[in-house]
Amino acid sequence: MTIRVQKEGFDPWRELAAYQEAHARDWAGRFGATSVFVGSLRDFNQGQVVTGMALEHYPGMTETYLEKISAEARSRWELLDTLVVHRYGPLSLADSIVLVAVWSEHRDAAFAACRYLIDELKTRAPFWKRETTSAGVRWVEENNP
Amino acid sequence: MAKMSLIKVRFFASLRERLGRSEEQVEAAGLSCVADVWSRVSADPLPANTLVAINQEYASPGSPVRAGDEVAFFPPVTGG
Repeated sequence: MTIRVQKEGFDPWRELAAYQEAHARDWAGRFGATSVFVGSLRDFNQGQVVTGMALEHYPGMTETYLEKISAEARSRWELLDTLVVHRYGPLSLADSIVLVAVWSEHRDAAFAACRYLIDELKTRAPFWKRETTSAGVRWVEENNP
Repeated sequence: MAKMSLIKVRFFASLRERLGRSEEQVEAAGLSCVADVWSRVSADPLPANTLVAINQEYASPGSPVRAGDEVAFFPPVTGG
């Protein structure tokens, strides 16, 4: 179970490859399903052109809740492992904001746990998006499903 | 954690901007719950939908507070 909150940009696909590689020996033959969610910065939101974003967070509480949510997923489903990486600070268009990955024996648990992790993260992890749009800077007031 | 007779109060995102500060310390004496802490730091009512945390765990306006606590107020979260 790994969670990481970082200012630096990341490539989710390289992250996944590196994570699996690091666990290759332990995990050989032990999972049959991997489910992945990647959230990226779009160039539009609520009818306006978005040119950039900054993510504020509550250091400490953010990590606590990502760990809590990951532990909840592992208690609800039979999982081999979970990985959550989330950015904070300034972001550019098309940057990856969040990566959630789940490894399990079968797809039902992988899909369900991946969905649970991103949905719970969106409602409980203390992050706030501040968008730069064609009309100026604004705080994002709500998350779309 | 705040100094023992104090409560450390933190604000985030749009609420931080509205109040013009990210944190302050208040005397814990006379404050029994989160709503009391808000009344100490602002003359306005607690904005609708505001989330609160005590020592980095979600709480509610009626949750009890004591000296040494860190109490945070922030708008609905929008990560992911």
